[in-house]
Amino acid sequence: MAKLFKNMFATSESTALTLGEELAQKGVSRRQILKFSSYVAALMALPASYSTAIAESLSKARRQSVIWLSFQECTGCTESITRSFSPSLEDLIFDFISLDYSEALMNVSGSAAEAARKQAMEENKGKYIVVVEGSIPLDKDGIYSVSGGHTNLDVLKEVAKDAMAIISMGTCASFGGIPAAHPNPTGAVGVHEIIKDKPIINVPGCPPIPEVMTGTIAFLLSLGKIPELDHLGRPKAFYGDNIHDRCYRRPFYERGEFANSFDDEGARKGYCLFNLGCKGPVTYNACATIKWNGGVSFPIQSGHGCLGCSEPGFWDKGSFYSPLSTPTSGLGKAAMGAAAVGTAGAVVASLVQRKRRENILKAAAVPKPTETKLGADDE
Amino acid sequence: MSDLLDFARGPALQVSVMIFIFGVLYRLISLFLTPKNFIASPARENVKGAFGAGVGEIVRRMIPDKEYMRKEMFAFLNGWAFHIGLAITVFGLAGHIMFFKKILGFGWWNLPSNFVMLAGVITLFSLIASLAHRLTDPVLRKLSTLDDYLSGGLTVLPVATGLLATMHLGLRYETLIAIHILSVCIFLIYFPFGKLMHAFLVFVTRAKTGVEMARKGVKL
Repeated sequence: MAKLFKNMFATSESTALTLGEELAQKGVSRRQILKFSSYVAALMALPASYSTAIAESLSKARRQSVIWLSFQECTGCTESITRSFSPSLEDLIFDFISLDYSEALMNVSGSAAEAARKQAMEENKGKYIVVVEGSIPLDKDGIYSVSGGHTNLDVLKEVAKDAMAIISMGTCASFGGIPAAHPNPTGAVGVHEIIKDKPIINVPGCPPIPEVMTGTIAFLLSLGKIPELDHLGRPKAFYGDNIHDRCYRRPFYERGEFANSFDDEGARKGYCLFNLGCKGPVTYNACATIKWNGGVSFPIQSGHGCLGCSEPGFWDKGSFYSPLSTPTSGLGKAAMGAAAVGTAGAVVASLVQRKRRENILKAAAVPKPTETKLGADDE
Repeated sequence: MSDLLDFARGPALQVSVMIFIFGVLYRLISLFLTPKNFIASPARENVKGAFGAGVGEIVRRMIPDKEYMRKEMFAFLNGWAFHIGLAITVFGLAGHIMFFKKILGFGWWNLPSNFVMLAGVITLFSLIASLAHRLTDPVLRKLSTLDDYLSGGLTVLPVATGLLATMHLGLRYETLIAIHILSVCIFLIYFPFGKLMHAFLVFVTRAKTGVEMARKGVKL
């Protein structure tokens, strides 16, 4: 761990050398750089030939300064990234980035930590990457989340000003996430609602898949450009497919075989979880392909439906256990109300009609009707 | 998940289901509470009982008369294909059953999704064929009103969009399912106020016709 922290806060000296020179000094071979590059190429679904290009550009690059800001969050995203297998966080920290500021991982605190951030910003002006974890409260001038006397809003604006790019890590930083759930008491928003003049990559998830986080950072480092993004600003390589399309339980959906409770025969047989509220059909993420814990499993494989955590506002979409084809709001009271009004209206209208008819019959002195029950044909 | 889907699953579905329930109950109850008709003439002697006459007429109208069999063959076969296909599509798909379960409080066994999809395709083609028939047959065209075309069109939409959503064709799934649900909402809102209401009234009106005819001694 000592080496980890030493490397994490290496700044000016290490950035003077290219990565190729620095890694050569440490005894890291070109083969190892190529191996790392092939991870990145494979993760981002790039052609195999890209791995050589990535290795070349990595060797010539300077060690990348990264500032990791933690705002309204649970540190789940940091917990998740520390479990990345390939590339691992250690791969990134030891060899490719200089993590100059991270409240969760750095061992210094207080003014020393803030000094490290300011030093990194000064030395890497216009070149550093900002990773944001957590949403930013805007209500009451952002007073709901303050660190060292500065609101998250002020810190974000200050750090983003000279950043090369921003990565919004997790659903909170990307879209507001759980802090923004109704009634959103702090006025929480995602980074893109505040910063408009910098490239922003959203890497949502609650938390995001570790390899998706490290892969996105690695892509930015390796190719020096923003990966292709979807309409929500997410890298298409990871968020291009919906989970339902890639789910191994999809054949059960086609055959109409569903689990209807978490302990019925269908659940034991591993049938589709649509009826239990799985949001896989409307959720775009790499859970069904990259999976979690080094490719061991993902929520659906473990028997629970997808919550749709990489989608905006997933917390406020009704019950996690309501199937997608059902209304988000309860219809019981509304339906009963409509039925009562419809019935009452029909009865009143019929009584009025009867009264009018009786008056007509009285006036005409015609005997009362004796026959059939129904009125005019209504087919 | 798109905002459109949130709107479709939320307020749109809530309002349309309320209008549907209100409209259907209003029309049905109004109809059954309609004052009895005054009929001065006495009933014929030895006529069928009302129940037998009603059921007999419902059954009799399920197939065309021999005299018209040839002429009505298309409408007969296409009508059956459409109605059976639609029933399978609406009541056989797991997603639809979940919807009914949420409103009614109970569900039933679903059919394989691919089988329902096949039924949906048959339904869609038979609907289009019936609309084409209506437009090309001179007599039928003369008899048709805007209500007929609206009823047909508003039934085509949910079937077509449902198939696209199931097949994931064209747009993203969340957009397709949102459009599908919204098309169902429009269908539900129109249902009680047009000819779609025949889904509830078809057997009532046929039975009523049977009873009337029997009372008058008409041999059917």
